[in-house]
Amino acid sequence: MKTLLVAEYRDGKILASSSELINFAAQLGAESAMVLVGSETTLPHYQGKLYLADSTKIGEFNPSQHKQLILEVIEKEQPSMVVLPHSSYGWDLAPRIALALKAAQISEVVEIKDGHLVVPSCNAKLRRRVKATTNISVVTLQGGAFTPAEDPDGTPEVIKVEVAADGDIQFAGYEEAETGGVDLSKADIIVSAGRGIGKPENLAMIENLAKALKGEYGASRPVVDAEWADPSRQVGTTGQTVTPKLYVACGISGAIQHLAGMKKSEFVLAINTDKDAPIGEIADVLAVADLKQLVPILTEKLNAL
Amino acid sequence: MKLLVCIKQVPDMESKFKVNAAGNWYEETDLAWRMNEYDEYAVEQAVQLKQQVGEADLTVLCIGSDRVKETMKKALAMGCDRGAHIADDASHLKDPYTIASLIAAYAKDKDFDLIFTGMQSQDRGSGQVGVLVAEMLGIPSLTTLVEFSYADGTINAKRELEGGIKAKVSCTTPALVTCQLGLNTPRYPTLPNIMKAKKKELISTPVDDLNPQPSLLEVLQVAPPEKKGGGLILEGDPADLADQLIQILKEKTTALA
Ligand SMILES: Cc1cc2nc3c(=O)[nH]c(=O)nc-3n(C[C@H](O)[C@H](O)[C@H](O)COP(=O)(O)OP(=O)(O)OC[C@H]3O[C@@H](n4cnc5c(N)ncnc54)[C@H](O)[C@@H]3O)c2cc1C
Repeated sequence: MKTLLVAEYRDGKILASSSELINFAAQLGAESAMVLVGSETTLPHYQGKLYLADSTKIGEFNPSQHKQLILEVIEKEQPSMVVLPHSSYGWDLAPRIALALKAAQISEVVEIKDGHLVVPSCNAKLRRRVKATTNISVVTLQGGAFTPAEDPDGTPEVIKVEVAADGDIQFAGYEEAETGGVDLSKADIIVSAGRGIGKPENLAMIENLAKALKGEYGASRPVVDAEWADPSRQVGTTGQTVTPKLYVACGISGAIQHLAGMKKSEFVLAINTDKDAPIGEIADVLAVADLKQLVPILTEKLNAL
Repeated sequence: MKLLVCIKQVPDMESKFKVNAAGNWYEETDLAWRMNEYDEYAVEQAVQLKQQVGEADLTVLCIGSDRVKETMKKALAMGCDRGAHIADDASHLKDPYTIASLIAAYAKDKDFDLIFTGMQSQDRGSGQVGVLVAEMLGIPSLTTLVEFSYADGTINAKRELEGGIKAKVSCTTPALVTCQLGLNTPRYPTLPNIMKAKKKELISTPVDDLNPQPSLLEVLQVAPPEKKGGGLILEGDPADLADQLIQILKEKTTALA
């Protein structure tokens, strides 16, 4: 079996997901080639053929042209699987390639089980084992699911490719994340509020627990989107990545995008009314309780110590 | 201006999910159903655009059994003008390619200027349908939007990337956009609007009229994830729980040192 790995490049850098693609192909026992819209000055560590297009010519984000380029490489390499990261780049590009090939797309693969690909459903409460019925398939990989134990090495054999630079979408550059606010990455103890707090007034009890533990408070995305907490408090793929000694998740279900930002915490305590909440998968302790009752009592008892 | 917003009805994610008898999806009984969260942002953005341009006709489309009409009524109460229900009791077994083929078949000769979808559904989470529809129709698509503006046939938007970074993108209509959480603040339908929605057009079309394309994916098995174990689950009276938690924090962490 042969795979074509589509590496991701942003703001002049190759993203770490490229090593996950390589590891995935290795786990499948598949041959691979790689394609990258990037630069010759920053090559990925990879032992194999790298089809390289110049991002300064066609743009780091230019989906119709990236698609065109990848289709041309597919024509040459004849892979039976095209693999991308399940990221803002990958989930945007993958269906475009899949439709052009009339190929099945398998999104957000988390595991290879008995030769089949496994994907999550219903906020990771279920898993589906799926199979493409087409000869070629397009696959995206969940971030972190195929992180190799060691970074790959090697120098690719570069084959330069080109494609016209036009396209139907104009890309006018990046806007950096807002800075300012708290830097949660430095906190030793974080108590985070999720949608389970129910209303903005209840954020105070999370703050109080954080104070009682001499830590900072954080939040899941819905709490930030609802403007109950400052964006700098958001933990997750689109917020901050934190590694505290203690992370207390209050009313947070444990969506993959949240877990990605806090799963390296040393100790995780979850407070949730739902015994099956996916946060239980990574929590050291899951206290099945209504946070509105447990958090104030816990705070009071801590303050009395 | 002609606008289309595509929505899906999904179970509340706090539900307890059981695998169905066929072993290919979850059991649909005993679940509370709601609008896919991402689609709420899509509906809101479409309604805001309609209000901005004044002259616009906004259709909400949903594929599924009669049960999904409840969710369509919410979209109508939020401000959509008419509902196009594609009646299909087996929509949950169709893959993103088939679902997209239905939407594209519906939209093909209707000259929509702009189509809105959520970036993914909460249950299946494939994140494919919006882009596939656009590709099938041959129009540009902008995905994962957290900011959107429209003027004179041009969309200026921001895509959300990882780590809080955004990409500034634009394209001209006709186009399709997929909406990310936080794009706007979805409105709650007011009582008068809920009443008005009851009188709005909601037409069901049998799915077979739209010539569904066969699925490209086969589901071999659906199961809950294997419990990795390890984690301790505590239940009981909150005061007792608090005492147990403090004990654990003392023994297992340096938090109280
Ligand atoms: C591209 C992308 C990027 C994303 N980035 C992020 C990110 O950076 N960070 C992030 O957090 N999310 C992110 N998300 C969103 C993510 O998918 C989830 O939607 C989000 O994390 C859910 O937040 P939550 O757990 O607070 O809410 P929910 O999933 O709604 O969970 C609420 C939880 O509270 C529990 N609960 C309810 N009431 C109570 C109570 N009284 N007491 C105790 N528990 C209670 C419920 O059982 C449930 O488990 C992203 C999504 C996408 C698609």
